[in-house]
Amino acid sequence: MKKIEAIIRHFKLEDVKNALNEHGIHGMTVQEVRGYGRQKGHTEMYRGAEYTVDFVPKVKIEVVCSDDNLDRVVDTILKHGQTGEIGDGKIFISDLQDAIRIRTGERGEAAL
Amino acid sequence: MRTSPRRWWVGAIAVCAALWGGIETAGVFGEEAPPEDEVAAAPETPASELDTGANAWMLTSSALVLFMTAPGLAMFYGGLVRRKNVLSVMMQCLFLMAIMSLVWGLWGYSLAFGDGGRWIGNADYLGMRGVQMEAGQAPMVPGLGIPRLTHMVFQGMFFIITPALICGAFAERMKFSAMVALMVLWGTIVYTPLCHWVWAEGVLAFGADGAFAGGALDFAGGTVVHISSGFSALVCALVLGPRLGYGHDDMRPHNLAFTSLGAAMLWVGWFGFNAGSALAADGLAASAFVVTHFSAAAGAVAWSVVEWVYRGKPSVLGAASGAVAGLVCITPASGFVQPLPAMIMGAAAGVVCFIACAAVKTRFGYDDSLDAFGVHGIGGTLGAILTGIFATRAVAPDYADGLLYSVSEGGPLLVGQIVAVVVTAVFSIVVTLVLLKVIDATIGLRVSQEDEMRGLDLSEHGEEGYIFTG
Repeated sequence: MKKIEAIIRHFKLEDVKNALNEHGIHGMTVQEVRGYGRQKGHTEMYRGAEYTVDFVPKVKIEVVCSDDNLDRVVDTILKHGQTGEIGDGKIFISDLQDAIRIRTGERGEAAL
Repeated sequence: MRTSPRRWWVGAIAVCAALWGGIETAGVFGEEAPPEDEVAAAPETPASELDTGANAWMLTSSALVLFMTAPGLAMFYGGLVRRKNVLSVMMQCLFLMAIMSLVWGLWGYSLAFGDGGRWIGNADYLGMRGVQMEAGQAPMVPGLGIPRLTHMVFQGMFFIITPALICGAFAERMKFSAMVALMVLWGTIVYTPLCHWVWAEGVLAFGADGAFAGGALDFAGGTVVHISSGFSALVCALVLGPRLGYGHDDMRPHNLAFTSLGAAMLWVGWFGFNAGSALAADGLAASAFVVTHFSAAAGAVAWSVVEWVYRGKPSVLGAASGAVAGLVCITPASGFVQPLPAMIMGAAAGVVCFIACAAVKTRFGYDDSLDAFGVHGIGGTLGAILTGIFATRAVAPDYADGLLYSVSEGGPLLVGQIVAVVVTAVFSIVVTLVLLKVIDATIGLRVSQEDEMRGLDLSEHGEEGYIFTG
Protein backbone atom coordinates (compact mmCIF):
# COMPACT_ATOMS: atom_id res chain seq x y z
CA MET A 1 0.00 0.00 0.00
CA LYS A 2 1.07 3.55 -0.62
CA LYS A 3 0.27 6.76 1.12
CA ILE A 4 0.02 9.76 -1.14
CA GLU A 5 0.23 13.21 0.34
CA ALA A 6 -0.47 15.95 -2.17
CA ILE A 7 -0.24 19.65 -1.45
CA ILE A 8 -2.44 21.45 -3.91
CA ARG A 9 -4.23 24.73 -4.51
CA HIS A 10 -7.49 25.30 -2.69
CA PHE A 11 -9.55 25.80 -5.79
CA LYS A 12 -8.32 22.52 -7.28
CA LEU A 13 -9.58 20.45 -4.37
CA GLU A 14 -13.04 19.77 -5.78
CA ASP A 15 -11.67 18.76 -9.19
CA VAL A 16 -9.08 16.43 -7.71
CA LYS A 17 -11.55 14.88 -5.30
CA ASN A 18 -14.15 14.21 -7.98
CA ALA A 19 -11.59 12.77 -10.37
CA LEU A 20 -10.15 10.46 -7.70
CA ASN A 21 -13.64 9.33 -6.86
CA GLU A 22 -14.15 8.27 -10.47
CA HIS A 23 -10.97 6.25 -10.24
CA GLY A 24 -12.09 4.25 -7.27
CA ILE A 25 -10.65 6.30 -4.44
CA HIS A 26 -13.57 6.65 -2.09
CA GLY A 27 -11.99 8.36 0.88
CA MET A 28 -9.45 11.01 1.71
CA THR A 29 -8.29 13.28 4.50
CA VAL A 30 -7.94 16.99 3.86
CA GLN A 31 -6.08 19.62 5.89
CA GLU A 32 -5.59 23.34 5.62
CA VAL A 33 -1.84 23.86 5.68
CA ARG A 34 0.62 26.71 5.30
CA GLY A 35 4.10 26.46 3.88
CA TYR A 36 6.51 27.69 1.30
CA GLY A 37 8.41 26.39 -1.66
CA ARG A 38 9.24 28.21 -4.83
CA GLN A 39 6.15 30.34 -4.70
CA LYS A 40 7.12 33.45 -2.81
CA GLY A 41 4.96 34.91 -0.03
CA HIS A 42 3.67 38.45 -0.10
CA THR A 43 3.69 41.59 2.00
CA GLU A 44 0.68 43.06 3.73
CA MET A 45 0.29 46.61 4.98
CA TYR A 46 -1.82 47.74 7.93
CA ARG A 47 -1.80 51.48 8.60
CA GLY A 48 1.79 51.61 7.45
CA ALA A 49 2.95 48.56 9.40
CA GLU A 50 4.37 46.06 6.93
CA TYR A 51 4.16 42.32 7.42
CA THR A 52 5.86 39.75 5.22
CA VAL A 53 3.80 36.63 4.91
CA ASP A 54 6.14 33.78 3.93
CA PHE A 55 3.79 30.90 4.49
CA VAL A 56 1.27 30.48 1.73
CA PRO A 57 -1.98 28.70 2.51
CA LYS A 58 -2.51 25.42 0.66
CA VAL A 59 -4.60 22.34 1.11
CA LYS A 60 -3.09 18.93 1.75
CA ILE A 61 -4.91 15.74 0.79
CA GLU A 62 -3.96 12.33 2.05
CA VAL A 63 -4.96 9.28 0.10
CA VAL A 64 -4.05 5.65 0.62
CA CYS A 65 -4.20 3.18 -2.28
CA SER A 66 -2.99 -0.23 -3.36
CA ASP A 67 0.38 -0.47 -5.09
CA ASP A 68 -1.32 -1.26 -8.42
CA ASN A 69 -3.46 1.80 -8.19
CA LEU A 70 -0.62 4.24 -7.48
CA ASP A 71 0.10 5.43 -11.01
CA ARG A 72 -3.52 6.10 -11.72
CA VAL A 73 -3.93 8.11 -8.58
CA VAL A 74 -0.80 10.14 -9.20
CA ASP A 75 -1.77 10.82 -12.82
CA THR A 76 -5.20 11.92 -11.72
CA ILE A 77 -3.82 14.37 -9.17
CA LEU A 78 -1.30 15.69 -11.70
CA LYS A 79 -3.94 16.13 -14.36
CA HIS A 80 -6.54 17.79 -12.18
CA GLY A 81 -4.28 19.71 -9.81
CA GLN A 82 -2.18 21.42 -12.41
CA THR A 83 -2.35 25.01 -13.63
CA GLY A 84 1.23 25.23 -14.92
CA GLU A 85 2.07 28.21 -12.70
CA ILE A 86 4.50 28.23 -9.80
CA GLY A 87 2.60 27.23 -6.66
CA ASP A 88 0.75 24.15 -7.93
CA GLY A 89 2.20 22.13 -5.05
CA LYS A 90 3.86 18.74 -4.63
CA ILE A 91 3.05 15.06 -4.29
CA PHE A 92 4.83 12.87 -1.74
CA ILE A 93 4.57 9.09 -1.88
CA SER A 94 5.52 6.68 0.87
CA ASP A 95 5.14 3.00 1.69
CA LEU A 96 2.45 2.23 4.17
CA GLN A 97 2.79 -0.59 6.67
CA ASP A 98 -0.85 -1.26 7.39
CA ALA A 99 -4.36 0.15 7.49
CA ILE A 100 -7.15 -0.85 9.87
CA ARG A 101 -10.84 -0.13 9.71
CA ILE A 102 -11.85 0.64 13.26
CA ARG A 103 -15.46 -0.49 12.95
CA THR A 104 -14.70 -4.06 11.81
CA GLY A 105 -11.04 -4.55 12.56
CA GLU A 106 -10.32 -5.38 8.88
CA ARG A 107 -6.70 -4.92 7.87
CA GLY A 108 -4.67 -4.10 4.78
CA GLU A 109 -6.33 -3.29 1.45
CA ALA A 110 -9.65 -4.58 2.72
CA ALA A 111 -9.69 -1.65 5.10
CA LEU A 112 -9.36 0.99 2.34
CA MET B 1 -36.48 75.00 37.63
CA ARG B 2 -34.45 72.79 39.87
CA THR B 3 -35.95 71.13 42.87
CA SER B 4 -34.04 71.79 46.02
CA PRO B 5 -32.45 68.90 47.89
CA ARG B 6 -34.99 69.07 50.71
CA ARG B 7 -37.88 68.92 48.29
CA TRP B 8 -36.41 65.81 46.79
CA TRP B 9 -36.29 64.13 50.16
CA VAL B 10 -39.81 65.22 50.90
CA GLY B 11 -40.87 63.62 47.63
CA ALA B 12 -39.01 60.42 48.41
CA ILE B 13 -40.50 60.23 51.90
CA ALA B 14 -43.90 60.94 50.44
CA VAL B 15 -43.61 58.03 48.07
CA CYS B 16 -42.40 55.70 50.82
CA ALA B 17 -45.10 56.91 53.16
CA ALA B 18 -47.74 56.48 50.50
CA LEU B 19 -46.68 52.91 49.85
CA TRP B 20 -46.37 52.15 53.53
CA GLY B 21 -49.19 54.08 55.09
CA GLY B 22 -52.05 53.54 52.69
CA ILE B 23 -54.53 55.69 50.88
CA GLU B 24 -55.02 58.42 53.48
CA THR B 25 -51.39 59.41 53.63
CA ALA B 26 -51.05 59.19 49.90
CA GLY B 27 -53.95 61.54 49.51
CA VAL B 28 -52.38 64.15 51.75
CA PHE B 29 -49.01 64.17 50.12
CA GLY B 30 -50.49 63.76 46.67
CA GLU B 31 -52.34 67.05 46.99
CA GLU B 32 -49.48 68.86 48.51
CA ALA B 33 -45.85 68.53 47.67
CA PRO B 34 -44.58 67.97 44.12
CA PRO B 35 -47.12 69.74 41.87
CA GLU B 36 -46.77 73.05 43.72
CA ASP B 37 -43.07 72.74 43.37
CA GLU B 38 -43.39 72.38 39.61
CA VAL B 39 -45.75 75.33 39.37
CA ALA B 40 -43.42 77.46 41.44
CA ALA B 41 -40.52 76.45 39.28
CA ALA B 42 -42.21 77.16 35.99
CA PRO B 43 -41.74 80.96 35.77
CA GLU B 44 -37.94 80.57 36.00
CA THR B 45 -37.94 78.86 32.64
CA PRO B 46 -40.02 80.70 30.11
CA ALA B 47 -39.17 78.23 27.36
CA SER B 48 -39.92 75.12 29.37
CA GLU B 49 -42.55 74.07 26.87
CA LEU B 50 -41.73 70.60 25.59
CA ASP B 51 -40.59 70.57 21.96
CA THR B 52 -41.66 67.08 20.94
CA GLY B 53 -39.66 67.17 17.69
CA ALA B 54 -36.49 68.12 19.49
CA ASN B 55 -37.09 65.53 22.17
CA ALA B 56 -37.71 62.80 19.62
CA TRP B 57 -34.51 63.66 17.76
CA MET B 58 -32.45 63.90 20.92
CA LEU B 59 -33.63 60.52 22.21
CA THR B 60 -32.85 59.04 18.80
CA SER B 61 -29.44 60.70 18.85
CA SER B 62 -28.76 59.30 22.29
CA ALA B 63 -29.40 55.79 20.99
CA LEU B 64 -27.17 56.51 17.97
CA VAL B 65 -24.28 57.61 20.18
CA LEU B 66 -24.64 54.52 22.35
CA PHE B 67 -24.59 52.47 19.14
CA MET B 68 -21.16 53.99 18.42
CA THR B 69 -19.57 52.33 21.46
CA ALA B 70 -21.08 48.93 20.85
CA PRO B 71 -21.45 47.52 18.33
CA GLY B 72 -19.55 50.30 16.50
CA LEU B 73 -16.31 50.73 18.42
CA ALA B 74 -16.42 47.19 19.81
CA MET B 75 -16.33 45.79 16.29
CA PHE B 76 -13.94 48.42 14.93
CA TYR B 77 -11.42 47.74 17.70
CA GLY B 78 -12.31 44.05 18.07
CA GLY B 79 -11.32 43.31 14.49
CA LEU B 80 -7.99 45.09 14.86
CA VAL B 81 -6.60 42.93 17.65
CA ARG B 82 -5.33 39.37 17.44
CA ARG B 83 -7.81 36.53 17.67
CA LYS B 84 -6.88 35.73 21.26
CA ASN B 85 -7.87 39.21 22.47
CA VAL B 86 -11.08 39.89 20.58
CA LEU B 87 -13.33 39.32 23.57
CA SER B 88 -11.23 41.47 25.87
CA VAL B 89 -11.74 44.48 23.61
CA MET B 90 -15.45 43.82 23.20
CA MET B 91 -15.77 43.42 26.96
CA GLN B 92 -14.02 46.74 27.55
CA CYS B 93 -16.56 48.50 25.33
CA LEU B 94 -19.54 46.61 26.70
CA PHE B 95 -18.53 46.96 30.32
CA LEU B 96 -17.78 50.66 29.94
CA MET B 97 -21.29 51.10 28.54
CA ALA B 98 -22.53 49.74 31.84
CA ILE B 99 -20.17 51.12 34.46
CA MET B 100 -19.85 54.61 32.99
CA SER B 101 -23.65 54.86 32.81
CA LEU B 102 -23.86 54.17 36.53
CA VAL B 103 -21.14 56.72 37.31
CA TRP B 104 -22.89 59.28 35.11
CA GLY B 105 -26.22 58.75 36.82
CA LEU B 106 -24.81 58.80 40.33
CA TRP B 107 -22.41 61.77 40.16
CA GLY B 108 -20.98 62.32 36.67
CA TYR B 109 -23.81 64.40 35.22
CA SER B 110 -23.97 66.56 38.29
CA LEU B 111 -20.24 67.28 38.25
CA ALA B 112 -20.32 68.01 34.52
CA PHE B 113 -23.53 70.00 34.19
CA GLY B 114 -24.40 71.26 37.66
CA ASP B 115 -24.35 75.03 37.73
CA GLY B 116 -21.28 75.24 39.92
CA GLY B 117 -19.20 77.98 38.32
CA ARG B 118 -16.30 77.99 35.95
CA TRP B 119 -14.39 74.89 37.00
CA ILE B 120 -16.73 72.10 37.97
CA GLY B 121 -20.40 71.40 38.42
CA ASN B 122 -22.08 70.91 41.78
CA ALA B 123 -24.22 68.45 43.68
CA ASP B 124 -27.56 69.59 42.25
CA TYR B 125 -28.13 66.50 40.13
CA LEU B 126 -26.49 63.87 42.32
CA GLY B 127 -28.36 60.61 42.02
CA MET B 128 -30.64 62.11 39.36
CA ARG B 129 -32.51 64.47 41.66
CA GLY B 130 -33.70 67.46 39.71
CA VAL B 131 -33.38 65.32 36.61
CA GLN B 132 -35.90 62.56 37.23
CA MET B 133 -39.64 63.09 36.93
CA GLU B 134 -41.56 64.75 39.72
CA ALA B 135 -45.33 64.41 40.00
CA GLY B 136 -45.60 63.26 36.42
CA GLN B 137 -43.55 66.16 35.09
CA ALA B 138 -40.04 65.92 33.67
CA PRO B 139 -37.92 68.94 34.64
CA MET B 140 -36.96 70.82 31.48
CA VAL B 141 -33.63 72.24 30.37
CA PRO B 142 -34.09 76.02 30.28
CA GLY B 143 -34.47 77.33 26.75
CA LEU B 144 -34.13 73.99 24.98
CA GLY B 145 -37.56 72.37 24.98
CA ILE B 146 -36.16 69.01 26.02
CA PRO B 147 -36.42 67.32 29.40
CA ARG B 148 -33.30 67.28 31.54
CA LEU B 149 -33.57 63.49 31.41
CA THR B 150 -32.99 63.65 27.66
CA HIS B 151 -30.04 66.00 28.03
CA MET B 152 -28.60 63.79 30.74
CA VAL B 153 -28.89 60.56 28.79
CA PHE B 154 -27.55 62.12 25.58
CA GLN B 155 -24.49 63.53 27.35
CA GLY B 156 -24.11 60.24 29.21
CA MET B 157 -23.46 58.45 25.92
CA PHE B 158 -20.45 60.72 25.36
CA PHE B 159 -19.26 59.82 28.84
CA ILE B 160 -19.28 56.17 27.72
CA ILE B 161 -17.55 56.41 24.38
CA THR B 162 -14.75 58.75 25.45
CA PRO B 163 -13.03 56.29 27.81
CA ALA B 164 -13.84 53.46 25.40
CA LEU B 165 -11.76 55.26 22.76
CA ILE B 166 -8.73 55.16 25.07
CA CYS B 167 -8.95 51.36 25.19
CA GLY B 168 -7.37 51.29 21.74
CA ALA B 169 -4.04 52.41 23.19
CA PHE B 170 -3.58 49.68 25.78
CA ALA B 171 -5.39 46.87 24.00
CA GLU B 172 -4.01 43.34 24.34
CA ARG B 173 -2.07 43.91 27.57
CA MET B 174 -3.95 45.80 30.30
CA LYS B 175 -5.58 44.14 33.28
CA PHE B 176 -9.34 44.37 33.17
CA SER B 177 -9.55 45.43 36.82
CA ALA B 178 -7.01 48.21 36.22
CA MET B 179 -8.96 49.34 33.17
CA VAL B 180 -12.18 49.60 35.18
CA ALA B 181 -10.48 51.55 37.99
CA LEU B 182 -8.76 53.86 35.53
CA MET B 183 -11.93 54.67 33.62
CA VAL B 184 -14.11 55.35 36.65
CA LEU B 185 -11.45 57.73 37.98
CA TRP B 186 -10.68 59.20 34.57
CA GLY B 187 -14.33 59.83 33.86
CA THR B 188 -14.75 61.57 37.19
CA ILE B 189 -11.52 63.56 37.34
CA VAL B 190 -10.76 64.28 33.68
CA TYR B 191 -14.00 64.07 31.73
CA THR B 192 -16.48 65.82 34.00
CA PRO B 193 -14.37 68.98 34.55
CA LEU B 194 -13.46 69.19 30.85
CA CYS B 195 -17.09 68.75 29.90
CA HIS B 196 -17.99 71.53 32.32
CA TRP B 197 -15.25 73.84 31.02
CA VAL B 198 -16.42 73.49 27.43
CA TRP B 199 -20.17 72.97 27.57
CA ALA B 200 -21.31 74.49 30.86
CA GLU B 201 -19.96 78.02 30.57
CA GLY B 202 -16.62 77.00 32.03
CA VAL B 203 -13.09 78.19 31.36
CA LEU B 204 -12.93 76.86 27.79
CA ALA B 205 -16.41 77.87 26.65
CA PHE B 206 -16.50 80.41 23.85
CA GLY B 207 -17.37 83.86 25.14
CA ALA B 208 -17.80 82.73 28.75
CA ASP B 209 -16.71 85.10 31.50
CA GLY B 210 -13.09 84.53 32.36
CA ALA B 211 -12.56 81.91 29.65
CA PHE B 212 -8.97 81.26 28.60
CA ALA B 213 -8.12 83.36 25.51
CA GLY B 214 -11.83 83.98 24.97
CA GLY B 215 -12.66 80.29 24.94
CA ALA B 216 -12.99 77.89 22.05
CA LEU B 217 -15.64 76.59 19.71
CA ASP B 218 -16.28 72.91 20.27
CA PHE B 219 -19.61 71.79 18.91
CA ALA B 220 -19.61 68.08 19.66
CA GLY B 221 -16.46 67.20 21.54
CA GLY B 222 -13.19 67.84 19.71
CA THR B 223 -11.57 68.78 23.00
CA VAL B 224 -13.83 67.02 25.50
CA VAL B 225 -13.95 63.72 23.69
CA HIS B 226 -11.18 63.33 21.14
CA ILE B 227 -8.26 65.39 22.38
CA SER B 228 -8.80 64.26 25.97
CA SER B 229 -9.06 60.59 25.02
CA GLY B 230 -6.35 60.80 22.38
CA PHE B 231 -3.69 62.33 24.60
CA SER B 232 -4.65 60.15 27.54
CA ALA B 233 -4.31 57.20 25.18
CA LEU B 234 -0.78 58.25 24.28
CA VAL B 235 0.12 58.39 27.96
CA CYS B 236 -1.35 54.91 28.47
CA ALA B 237 0.65 53.53 25.54
CA LEU B 238 3.85 55.06 26.91
CA VAL B 239 3.33 54.06 30.55
CA LEU B 240 2.22 50.48 29.83
CA GLY B 241 4.93 49.97 27.25
CA PRO B 242 4.68 47.97 24.05
CA ARG B 243 3.05 44.59 23.72
CA LEU B 244 5.29 41.54 23.99
CA GLY B 245 6.86 40.98 20.61
CA TYR B 246 5.89 44.38 19.25
CA GLY B 247 7.80 45.06 16.06
CA HIS B 248 8.61 41.47 15.18
CA ASP B 249 5.66 39.22 16.04
CA ASP B 250 2.71 38.87 13.73
CA MET B 251 0.22 41.44 15.05
CA ARG B 252 -1.99 41.73 12.03
CA PRO B 253 -5.65 42.58 12.65
CA HIS B 254 -7.49 39.29 12.96
CA ASN B 255 -10.73 40.33 11.31
CA LEU B 256 -10.91 43.40 9.11
CA ALA B 257 -14.46 42.50 8.15
CA PHE B 258 -15.43 43.35 11.76
CA THR B 259 -13.40 46.51 11.54
CA SER B 260 -15.04 47.66 8.31
CA LEU B 261 -18.51 47.08 9.66
CA GLY B 262 -17.57 48.76 12.93
CA ALA B 263 -16.33 51.82 11.05
CA ALA B 264 -19.58 51.96 9.09
CA MET B 265 -21.54 51.79 12.36
CA LEU B 266 -19.43 54.57 13.82
CA TRP B 267 -20.18 56.66 10.74
CA VAL B 268 -23.93 56.17 11.26
CA GLY B 269 -23.76 56.72 15.01
CA TRP B 270 -21.80 59.92 14.51
CA PHE B 271 -24.89 61.59 13.08
CA GLY B 272 -26.35 61.39 16.56
CA PHE B 273 -23.08 62.55 18.07
CA ASN B 274 -22.70 65.67 15.93
CA ALA B 275 -26.17 66.54 14.68
CA GLY B 276 -27.56 65.65 18.10
CA SER B 277 -25.19 68.19 19.62
CA ALA B 278 -27.43 70.90 18.19
CA LEU B 279 -29.68 69.82 21.11
CA ALA B 280 -32.60 70.54 18.81
CA ALA B 281 -34.14 69.26 15.59
CA ASP B 282 -33.47 72.44 13.65
CA GLY B 283 -31.52 73.72 10.66
CA LEU B 284 -28.29 73.65 12.58
CA ALA B 285 -28.80 69.95 13.28
CA ALA B 286 -29.31 69.37 9.55
CA SER B 287 -26.16 71.34 8.78
CA ALA B 288 -24.15 69.38 11.33
CA PHE B 289 -25.51 66.14 9.90
CA VAL B 290 -24.45 67.08 6.38
CA VAL B 291 -20.96 68.36 7.22
CA THR B 292 -20.36 65.25 9.33
CA HIS B 293 -21.24 63.06 6.37
CA PHE B 294 -19.07 64.96 3.90
CA SER B 295 -16.08 65.01 6.20
CA ALA B 296 -16.26 61.24 6.74
CA ALA B 297 -16.53 60.72 3.00
CA ALA B 298 -13.57 62.97 2.25
CA GLY B 299 -11.51 61.30 4.98
CA ALA B 300 -12.13 57.82 3.58
CA VAL B 301 -11.25 58.91 0.06
CA ALA B 302 -8.16 60.88 1.12
CA TRP B 303 -6.59 58.10 3.22
CA SER B 304 -7.29 55.57 0.47
CA VAL B 305 -5.79 57.77 -2.22
CA VAL B 306 -2.63 58.42 -0.20
CA GLU B 307 -2.15 54.68 0.19
CA TRP B 308 -2.99 54.06 -3.44
CA VAL B 309 -0.31 56.52 -4.54
CA TYR B 310 2.40 55.57 -2.07
CA ARG B 311 1.76 51.87 -1.54
CA GLY B 312 0.12 50.90 -4.78
CA LYS B 313 -3.12 49.68 -3.23
CA PRO B 314 -5.99 51.34 -1.37
CA SER B 315 -6.59 49.26 1.77
CA VAL B 316 -9.88 48.49 3.44
CA LEU B 317 -8.39 49.42 6.80
CA GLY B 318 -7.23 52.69 5.25
CA ALA B 319 -10.70 53.58 3.98
CA ALA B 320 -12.24 52.68 7.34
CA SER B 321 -9.62 54.63 9.30
CA GLY B 322 -9.93 57.60 6.98
CA ALA B 323 -13.68 57.77 7.52
CA VAL B 324 -13.17 57.76 11.29
CA ALA B 325 -10.43 60.38 11.02
CA GLY B 326 -12.77 62.59 9.01
CA LEU B 327 -15.49 62.14 11.60
CA VAL B 328 -13.15 63.00 14.45
CA CYS B 329 -11.89 66.11 12.69
CA ILE B 330 -15.33 67.53 11.92
CA THR B 331 -16.64 66.93 15.44
CA PRO B 332 -15.66 70.31 17.00
CA ALA B 333 -16.56 72.13 13.78
CA SER B 334 -19.82 70.42 12.93
CA GLY B 335 -22.03 73.28 14.14
CA PHE B 336 -19.88 76.05 12.69
CA VAL B 337 -18.74 75.17 9.17
CA GLN B 338 -20.22 74.86 5.70
CA PRO B 339 -20.25 71.64 3.63
CA LEU B 340 -17.30 72.40 1.33
CA PRO B 341 -14.89 73.32 4.13
CA ALA B 342 -16.06 70.10 5.79
CA MET B 343 -14.80 68.17 2.78
CA ILE B 344 -11.44 69.93 3.11
CA MET B 345 -11.32 69.14 6.81
CA GLY B 346 -12.11 65.48 6.22
CA ALA B 347 -9.49 65.18 3.50
CA ALA B 348 -6.89 66.92 5.68
CA ALA B 349 -7.69 64.51 8.51
CA GLY B 350 -7.33 61.52 6.21
CA VAL B 351 -3.85 62.59 5.15
CA VAL B 352 -2.59 63.87 8.52
CA CYS B 353 -3.88 60.89 10.52
CA PHE B 354 -2.38 58.51 7.98
CA ILE B 355 0.99 60.14 8.53
CA ALA B 356 0.50 60.04 12.31
CA CYS B 357 -0.31 56.32 12.28
CA ALA B 358 2.07 55.15 9.57
CA ALA B 359 5.10 57.39 10.00
CA VAL B 360 5.12 59.14 13.38
CA LYS B 361 4.26 56.05 15.44
CA THR B 362 6.92 53.97 13.72
CA ARG B 363 9.46 56.74 14.14
CA PHE B 364 8.94 57.12 17.89
CA GLY B 365 8.27 53.46 18.53
CA TYR B 366 5.39 53.74 21.03
CA ASP B 367 2.82 50.99 20.80
CA ASP B 368 -0.54 52.71 20.47
CA SER B 369 -2.05 49.35 19.52
CA LEU B 370 -5.12 50.56 17.67
CA ASP B 371 -4.06 54.16 16.99
CA ALA B 372 -6.28 55.90 19.51
CA PHE B 373 -3.79 58.77 19.61
CA GLY B 374 -3.04 58.79 15.90
CA VAL B 375 -6.70 59.09 14.97
CA HIS B 376 -8.38 60.79 17.95
CA GLY B 377 -5.56 62.85 19.43
CA ILE B 378 -4.19 64.08 16.13
CA GLY B 379 -7.54 64.20 14.32
CA GLY B 380 -9.15 66.03 17.24
CA THR B 381 -6.34 68.58 17.42
CA LEU B 382 -6.49 69.17 13.67
CA GLY B 383 -10.26 69.60 13.89
CA ALA B 384 -10.05 72.09 16.76
CA ILE B 385 -7.51 74.21 14.87
CA LEU B 386 -9.33 74.03 11.55
CA THR B 387 -12.51 75.12 13.33
CA GLY B 388 -10.72 78.39 14.02
CA ILE B 389 -10.17 78.76 10.30
CA PHE B 390 -13.40 77.53 8.73
CA ALA B 391 -16.03 78.58 11.30
CA THR B 392 -18.55 81.01 9.86
CA ARG B 393 -21.32 83.20 11.17
CA ALA B 394 -23.38 82.04 8.20
CA VAL B 395 -23.88 78.82 10.16
CA ALA B 396 -23.67 80.09 13.73
CA PRO B 397 -24.41 83.84 13.77
CA ASP B 398 -23.91 84.14 17.53
CA TYR B 399 -20.33 82.96 17.51
CA ALA B 400 -17.39 84.05 15.37
CA ASP B 401 -16.00 83.93 11.86
CA GLY B 402 -12.87 81.89 11.39
CA LEU B 403 -9.62 83.14 9.88
CA LEU B 404 -10.80 82.34 6.37
CA TYR B 405 -13.69 84.79 6.65
CA SER B 406 -12.40 87.48 9.00
CA VAL B 407 -8.88 88.17 10.19
CA SER B 408 -9.99 90.36 13.08
CA GLU B 409 -12.38 87.75 14.48
CA GLY B 410 -10.63 84.66 13.21
CA GLY B 411 -7.24 85.55 14.66
CA PRO B 412 -8.36 85.63 18.30
CA LEU B 413 -10.65 82.64 17.67
CA LEU B 414 -7.75 80.60 16.36
CA VAL B 415 -5.69 81.54 19.41
CA GLY B 416 -8.57 80.46 21.64
CA GLN B 417 -8.82 77.15 19.79
CA ILE B 418 -5.10 76.47 20.19
CA VAL B 419 -5.19 77.42 23.87
CA ALA B 420 -8.10 75.03 24.40
CA VAL B 421 -6.17 72.24 22.68
CA VAL B 422 -3.13 72.83 24.87
CA VAL B 423 -5.12 73.12 28.10
CA THR B 424 -7.09 69.97 27.32
CA ALA B 425 -4.01 68.01 26.28
CA VAL B 426 -1.90 69.05 29.26
CA PHE B 427 -4.72 68.47 31.75
CA SER B 428 -5.47 65.02 30.27
CA ILE B 429 -1.82 64.02 30.15
CA VAL B 430 -1.04 65.07 33.71
CA VAL B 431 -4.08 63.53 35.38
CA THR B 432 -3.91 60.33 33.34
CA LEU B 433 -0.24 59.95 34.25
CA VAL B 434 -1.00 60.33 37.94
CA LEU B 435 -3.91 57.90 37.76
CA LEU B 436 -1.82 55.31 35.95
CA LYS B 437 0.97 55.58 38.50
CA VAL B 438 -1.49 55.17 41.38
CA ILE B 439 -3.16 52.16 39.77
CA ASP B 440 0.20 50.63 38.86
CA ALA B 441 1.27 50.88 42.50
CA THR B 442 -1.96 49.36 43.82
CA ILE B 443 -3.68 47.02 41.36
CA GLY B 444 -0.95 46.80 38.72
CA LEU B 445 -1.54 47.83 35.11
CA ARG B 446 -0.37 44.93 33.02
CA VAL B 447 -1.23 41.27 32.93
CA SER B 448 1.65 38.83 33.44
CA GLN B 449 3.80 37.83 30.45
CA GLU B 450 2.28 34.38 30.57
CA ASP B 451 -1.25 35.81 30.46
CA GLU B 452 -0.37 38.19 27.67
CA MET B 453 0.92 35.31 25.58
CA ARG B 454 -2.21 33.22 26.23
CA GLY B 455 -4.35 36.21 25.35
CA LEU B 456 -6.63 38.29 27.52
CA ASP B 457 -9.77 36.42 26.48
CA LEU B 458 -8.61 33.38 28.40
CA SER B 459 -6.59 35.03 31.14
CA GLU B 460 -8.98 37.86 32.04
CA HIS B 461 -12.34 36.41 31.12
CA GLY B 462 -11.94 32.63 30.89
CA GLU B 463 -13.49 32.44 27.45
CA GLU B 464 -12.50 32.18 23.81
CA GLY B 465 -13.89 34.25 20.96
CA TYR B 466 -13.92 31.55 18.34
CA ILE B 467 -14.63 27.89 18.93
CA PHE B 468 -14.91 25.98 15.70
CA THR B 469 -14.70 22.46 17.02
CA GLY B 470 -17.67 20.19 17.62
